Amino acid sequence: MDASAAKLIGAGIACIGMGGAGIGVGLIFGNYLSGALRNPAAAGAQFTNALIGAALAEGLGIFSLVVALLLLFVS
Amino acid sequence: MANDPIHQFRIHDIAGPWNIAGYEISFTNSALFMGITVATITGILFLASLRGALVPSRLQSIGELRDGLIDNMVKNVLGEEGKKFFPLVFSLFSFVLIANLLGMFPYFFTVTSHVVVTASLAVFVVLLVVVVGIAKHGLGWFKLFVPHGVPMAILPFISLIEIISFLSRPISLGLRLFGNMLAGHIVLKVFAGFVVSLTALGVGGILGAIAPMAMAVALTALEFLVAGLQAFVFAILTCVYLNDALHPSH
Repeated sequence: MDASAAKLIGAGIACIGMGGAGIGVGLIFGNYLSGALRNPAAAGAQFTNALIGAALAEGLGIFSLVVALLLLFVS
Repeated sequence: MANDPIHQFRIHDIAGPWNIAGYEISFTNSALFMGITVATITGILFLASLRGALVPSRLQSIGELRDGLIDNMVKNVLGEEGKKFFPLVFSLFSFVLIANLLGMFPYFFTVTSHVVVTASLAVFVVLLVVVVGIAKHGLGWFKLFVPHGVPMAILPFISLIEIISFLSRPISLGLRLFGNMLAGHIVLKVFAGFVVSLTALGVGGILGAIAPMAMAVALTALEFLVAGLQAFVFAILTCVYLNDALHPSH
């Protein structure tokens, strides 16, 4: 296998990491929603915290995307 | 290639390059759109505050809502003493928001889709945290890396983890914005490219192109959401990090 093929396969494998970020963001918003339906009065104040958590979880998925882009476009 | 998804991010010179003191300096499309962003922010805020009516007009409402959103955020996260950081957080939020939204226009350049812009903003924020923390608490600020109530045996490891997590902040803050804008615009371009190559196939292709066309419209709506959300996230993470500078003890 030559190096460019290995690079393409590596980029594909790196993108699997984004699935983990998807699971994380889904868990955060799902749990936020189930909490919000139990106690709607407290939901508004916690929406910002949900967004912070989602942003932090999503950032880690973006790292794997950046690794994939580096493999594809940096020679 | 006409529908190359990366082509939209290419930086090219508009004027120049000039040779100034041994450096090649040119006016690029990135610089042009940063200028347009700043002009738009200034223009909107100037027009919004032109007539301070008691019952706000639509434009004045835009200015007041944006101001109120950031004011609330700074007050909730930083408390009363964070008031003096309001101009900084408001400027960062406005710049990122308007740059993201301008990027949604066809043929416009997205300033925030370049890692050099977002990383500069992120490094600036984290350096500011260090400077403000040391100016306010002196060397006591480094207690941030030594949490209370941790047994002596594992304290070095915890401190190491805290230091690494602090050092990774500028990377994650900059890459988050960059990655979101880059990935969103690439996905939009890829779906638009499907439409173009399918319609070239004739009548059946045009019928088949309806699905990616609808997807491109839906993704455009999603991208507007992401543009606003990422600006908000950038501003609130700036507040959270500045909170460490003001109140370092856990």
